[in-house]
Amino acid sequence: MKKDHAALADKFNQDEPRVDWHDETLWWIRQKRDKAAFGIPEWEELRETASRIKFNVLSNLSQYLEQFEKAALDNGVQVHWAADGEEHNRIVHSILQKHGVDRLVKSKSMLTEECHLNEYLQEHGVEVIDTDLGERIVQLAKEPPSHIVLPCIHWKKEEIGELFHQHLGTPKGNADPQYLTNAARLHLREKFLTRKLAITGVNFAVAETGEMVVCTNEGNADMGAHLADVHIACMGIEKIIPQRKHLGVFLRLLARSATGQPITTYSSHFKKPRKGQEMHIVLVDNGRSRQLGRPEFRNSLKCIRCGACFNTCPVYRRSGGHSYHNAVAGPIGAILAPNLDMKKNADLPFASTLCGSCSNVCPVKIDIHDQLYKWRQVLVKDGYVSSAKAASMKAMAATLSNPALFKIAGKLGRWTIKHAPFVVNNGLNPWFKNREMPEPPKESFREWYQKNRSGTPQPSAGREPQYKEPSKSKIPH
Amino acid sequence: MTVGLFIPCYVDQFYPQVAKATLSLLEKLGVNVVFPMNQTCCGQPMANSGFEHLTHGCNSLFIKNFKDFDYIVCPSGSCTLHVKDHLHDEEHEEIAKAIRGKVYELTEFLTDVLKVEKLDAKFPYKVGMHQSCHGQRGLKLSQMTELVAPPFSKPEKLLRMVEGVEIIQLSRKDECCGFGGTFCVAEEAVSVKMGKDRVEDHVSNGAQVITGADMSCLMHMEGILRRQKSPVKVMHIAEILNGDIESLN
Amino acid sequence: MSANNKSMNDLNSSLRGGGSRERILTAVKKNQPELMTLPVVKNFPQGFSSPVEKFSEVLKGIGGSVYEVANYTEVLHILTANFPGANRIMSTVQELSSINKGDTGYEDPHSLEDVDLAVISSPLAVAENGAVWTMDSLVPQRVLPFICQHLAVIVNKENLVSSMHEAYDKIGNADYGFGVFIAGPSKTADIEQSLVLGAHGPKSMTVFLIG
Repeated sequence: MKKDHAALADKFNQDEPRVDWHDETLWWIRQKRDKAAFGIPEWEELRETASRIKFNVLSNLSQYLEQFEKAALDNGVQVHWAADGEEHNRIVHSILQKHGVDRLVKSKSMLTEECHLNEYLQEHGVEVIDTDLGERIVQLAKEPPSHIVLPCIHWKKEEIGELFHQHLGTPKGNADPQYLTNAARLHLREKFLTRKLAITGVNFAVAETGEMVVCTNEGNADMGAHLADVHIACMGIEKIIPQRKHLGVFLRLLARSATGQPITTYSSHFKKPRKGQEMHIVLVDNGRSRQLGRPEFRNSLKCIRCGACFNTCPVYRRSGGHSYHNAVAGPIGAILAPNLDMKKNADLPFASTLCGSCSNVCPVKIDIHDQLYKWRQVLVKDGYVSSAKAASMKAMAATLSNPALFKIAGKLGRWTIKHAPFVVNNGLNPWFKNREMPEPPKESFREWYQKNRSGTPQPSAGREPQYKEPSKSKIPH
Repeated sequence: MTVGLFIPCYVDQFYPQVAKATLSLLEKLGVNVVFPMNQTCCGQPMANSGFEHLTHGCNSLFIKNFKDFDYIVCPSGSCTLHVKDHLHDEEHEEIAKAIRGKVYELTEFLTDVLKVEKLDAKFPYKVGMHQSCHGQRGLKLSQMTELVAPPFSKPEKLLRMVEGVEIIQLSRKDECCGFGGTFCVAEEAVSVKMGKDRVEDHVSNGAQVITGADMSCLMHMEGILRRQKSPVKVMHIAEILNGDIESLN
Repeated sequence: MSANNKSMNDLNSSLRGGGSRERILTAVKKNQPELMTLPVVKNFPQGFSSPVEKFSEVLKGIGGSVYEVANYTEVLHILTANFPGANRIMSTVQELSSINKGDTGYEDPHSLEDVDLAVISSPLAVAENGAVWTMDSLVPQRVLPFICQHLAVIVNKENLVSSMHEAYDKIGNADYGFGVFIAGPSKTADIEQSLVLGAHGPKSMTVFLIG
């Protein structure tokens, strides 16, 4: 069986200084996000507007998709539809074959990660060069990205220096980010200049105009697309927004939420292919229409992939992206992944304390932590948790529903801690591994209350509940 | 006004002094308080683990015990939030709804209902205020650092009424302590790391006592402090506001 | 229709996922909730005391340089002084054509690989984020502002707006093939969050506010 989040996180935590470093790096980005957000007095209203635009999109998606398709076709762009990741990969490959292309450059696209496009193309003899620096680093290391915006946030510069030494021939021991970035610049410039086909992701696709917007800081999407004879843009069907002017709202929120920048360096609006170029758009469902049909989870499709929920999540910061074993990690990944594969990802909604910080930073106001709670209910009901856990929960429910049983259990519990520490206070109890148990008191509160306040009248628990209006005069306001 | 005192199960069993302080504090403020003896648990441990469908027994017991009070007050943001969000009963949904509307966490009851402006208590120590997530982000007991909005804090407002209290500043004002119910054992490594980091923030900023409105977070941090043999103590905010502890020794 | 054409059409329709298109649209239509109204997007006036100052402050903060100049002669002086070693300079701005140096051919985008300095004009700049807008009608090759080693942009002060909302109001329904907001030099912080200017594109960006 594959390791679950808890096991992978446990492994990540073997190196505590590294966990501290990972946590602090991401917290620093959260702070930059705060600073940027607090610079916009209308921030909360902007979030609300973005959220409501996205709700409108989800409620009218079929029409927007058709509108977008028509506009894109009118713009001279070829539009493809893929029901799942497999079909997406086949479509991309067929375009390559049509052009006799077996090597290409690709800028960041979480969708292609989700569909495992790189693996598919490699199996078919196609060389894919990821051109985002962070993605190139993890690609050289044969790893998936650990963060949707900061793909190699888990890598230290010394390790990158060593990686580049091996693959790009930089001097051993040189770990200067400036130097290494320049080495990557030279290495990738050669790829941009020689590859005939470029794949990009899509941040926003405008139904009204058929254009799509791609945001990068490095300029790698543009270098790829403007130099290639063929540009393929791959997008999930939820990336649609109704009108061009809505970009004003989303571009104000995206980079500020992601990294604290006022906007990404490049916000490129691709509408028509340049003269002599071919432009394709692949619209991918891959479970999105199914998620749309789940009222309690559909609003996860509002996500604009800014990664703010990753950076704020105390669990993500201390467990690393790979512990989520899904293309999209972090809190948003934990509510998207069960839709893709409930069995494989049943652990992810439990990898949270439900602290709620993710929902508060989300620029489109997805109720992430509430959805984590709701996924837990679904996963339990559908039988994706262990039978041992289910049995212990049933026993707990039985005890807690019965006051007499509860009193006995409580006494036993305290007695156990006080008199038989070996029973609980051993390495098998995960609490005790790194934490002390509470000191058991002599008596419970209810025992004390019984002794000292026996005169207080008790509510009449015996009869059927009657609805009683609270005495209005005493309620404030 | 009669208040039903809702004491979380683990507080009843492990932290009776917190329940006593809550009772005493409310009584000093002139409230008639009753502790229904047949109460057990709000059902949150099951619900947060994905077993909300097993909480029917807890829910009907809760309704039986608390239906007749003007208010229900609980020294835990987390348990209060659970009742507010998830207390349902098919047969008595009207009553469940009424209960959801009249259940209060202790500090919000003091600031919003009793409108307490002064307290007779003294606590001459440096105190770190732990913002428990469910109280803060769920019940909105205080402003959240993520939102662009003016700051406020109901528990801190009350702490400032206690003579001698010095509230220390944390570098991460409202980071989760990592308790998270069954998370604390299911995700032991991350939970412990979160707890250690939270404790470290308080300790390095000079806290002598870590307080908060939720004993579960404090129990978690206490477990870590005691393992580290730290002299720093945890204390529920009710104990400080009640003024019955003037010395830490 | 010839047999050949027909098979091409079949290929095209299978490429486009003829079956999948209908399946996806049907599933989406079935599963999408009841229509929720599109909100009115407010203009959110920014109230900067000086949009020019705000623009300069923000652009400098993200690694760009800003000059307020009275005319093109000043621009020429500054560019000549700042880029003495440039071997190939391409200006798409008529008034600055005297700065052109080296090969001036635009036919093949790849041939722009050795452009040291590109000078372009922008009809729109945004104070809140230091971005300038340009379109393919203003640059003979889309890749020019990305492939050059250094980028200079000329903006008339009158064309400075406060926010992105105002920016899109101005763009309106312009029928470009490609348009882009550029805010600062190309950059990355992928290596341990250390900011490095000049990832793949220009290592510097200089904006001249004229007027």
